[in-house]
Amino acid sequence: MKALRIAAQFALYVPLMAILAYFSTEPRFSMVAPDEALVRVSFIHATQRREACRERSSEELAKLAPNMRASLDCPRERSPLLVEVELDGKLVLRREVQPSGLRRDGNVAVYERMALPAGRHRIVARLRDRAQGEFNYVKDETLELAGGRVLIIDFNAGRGGFEFLI
Amino acid sequence: MRHLGALGFMLFWMLAASGVYLYLRFDTSATGAYTSIGELEWWFGGVLRSVHRYAADAFVLVTIAHVIREIWFGRFRGWRAFTWISGVPLLWLLYASGLIGYWLVWDTRSQFSFLATLEWLGIAARAGEAPGRLFSLFVFLHIGLPLALLAGMWVHVQRLGQPKTSPPRAIAFAFMGMVAALAVLRPAASEPQWDPVRASQNVAVDWFYQFIHPLMYATSPAFLWVLVLGVSALLLVLPYFSKQKVMAARVDPANCNGCGRCVADCPYQAVILSEKNKASVSAERCAACGICAGACPSSTPFRSIRELVSGIELPDLTMQELRGKVQAALACGSKELVFRCEKLERQGDITLRCLAMLPPAFVEYALRNGAQRVRAVGCEGECAYRLGMELCDERFAGRREPHLRATVRAERHGHEYSFVLG
Repeated sequence: MKALRIAAQFALYVPLMAILAYFSTEPRFSMVAPDEALVRVSFIHATQRREACRERSSEELAKLAPNMRASLDCPRERSPLLVEVELDGKLVLRREVQPSGLRRDGNVAVYERMALPAGRHRIVARLRDRAQGEFNYVKDETLELAGGRVLIIDFNAGRGGFEFLI
Repeated sequence: MRHLGALGFMLFWMLAASGVYLYLRFDTSATGAYTSIGELEWWFGGVLRSVHRYAADAFVLVTIAHVIREIWFGRFRGWRAFTWISGVPLLWLLYASGLIGYWLVWDTRSQFSFLATLEWLGIAARAGEAPGRLFSLFVFLHIGLPLALLAGMWVHVQRLGQPKTSPPRAIAFAFMGMVAALAVLRPAASEPQWDPVRASQNVAVDWFYQFIHPLMYATSPAFLWVLVLGVSALLLVLPYFSKQKVMAARVDPANCNGCGRCVADCPYQAVILSEKNKASVSAERCAACGICAGACPSSTPFRSIRELVSGIELPDLTMQELRGKVQAALACGSKELVFRCEKLERQGDITLRCLAMLPPAFVEYALRNGAQRVRAVGCEGECAYRLGMELCDERFAGRREPHLRATVRAERHGHEYSFVLG
């Protein structure tokens, strides 16, 4: 009887071990095929103010409490951000994103991911961070993307705009 | 299978013990974490790391089996609602603890899981904000969340009398041996180091924890939110779909001497002693199993009063009624009297809500008043009220009050007891 119980326990634990061993690493998962690369557009940016700051007149300043007399009157709301990405002449991303926050005075966060075949590609990224006008940041580059690699399209205005990290 | 909850507790302690050593050897910075894990000696640190991995995976398996089993037996309604509802957040804590644990390895699997989680939360754009600086937060969360899980597990068993938080020794050793064997035979290994410009290809996904990521990529983050929140909400409202209505046990203060036996034996912590040293029943926690009545010293049929009133008893099955049934059976000339748990009801037997509702004095009463043999038949498998058979064992063996007097000889065969005057 005891031997039977041990055998029954064994019969239970062996499949359990197999399940644990297998599903802790298998089956493997791939986000992109081996002959594909991934483009990740990922950045956070504070766009320009929707309206420019205005110099307060001396009369206006006089009306304010002494501790509130800032010479510039700057509206809080920021402009929406327009971003475009073009791959080999084809527009693959165009998004207008509103700034975060109830008063639309926060940062704009952009995240997009797209797979493309490995190889040589011309990539153009454009961004407008003001209320109107043309794109004020553009980067145009031809890159060799190997299979399984990620191209990160980052943006940093302080460093001159778009950065293609590969 | 009925030790799944206790196995969960045991696996938690295995994780804690192996985790303490791993933490001592772990470099808590993004730059050094991967190397510090790689430097673990295979024969000790490596085995403990694998034990940590497989115990975590087994914890998920055991937890899911525990949930399915409790649903299957309908153990989420009425007096079990608190225990059930308090278990739902534990699923979240378990998964969060495990997912973040994987991020600490800082390999491409961590990267895949981290980015997928941020995409799910809709904050993936912040992935570029030096995740290295967040690393100490991950470490903190991987300690804090399991501690919260432990606190939650403590709350989870608060409405259970004599909760089982450790499995029987044989099962515990077998389970620990299984995890240890797995750790030696198939050691846990890291993937290549975190590389932001490397796409997630051929990732060794731990499907026990990380199945949500491929699921999200196959569907959408919104689908995953609907699924996760939907399942959580469903589990939370499950107890309210069909409320079990029972007539809670009632206390007769005149017959209650405040001995506390009913408090000690109640399987759902429904009975407490009031300030006046009298038992008091919380109706919403009461399962109406009658175990408290079986524990009450005043539930003895030898009392000479005309109406037998116990200190605590079920309004719909009183000790007076039970004594009446015994007397009626004896008056018919029955030489063998059978008390039976109502789950196994059979014609002619005296049925009880739970076998532990039977005060041992009733057995002796029947034997001294004409019965040559008394049988008591409990649940065949697991007791419907958790502790019934254990309490019967202890009471009939004289290890628990109210005990069976030595003049009666008791034998147990499976789920059945047999009594004769010795």
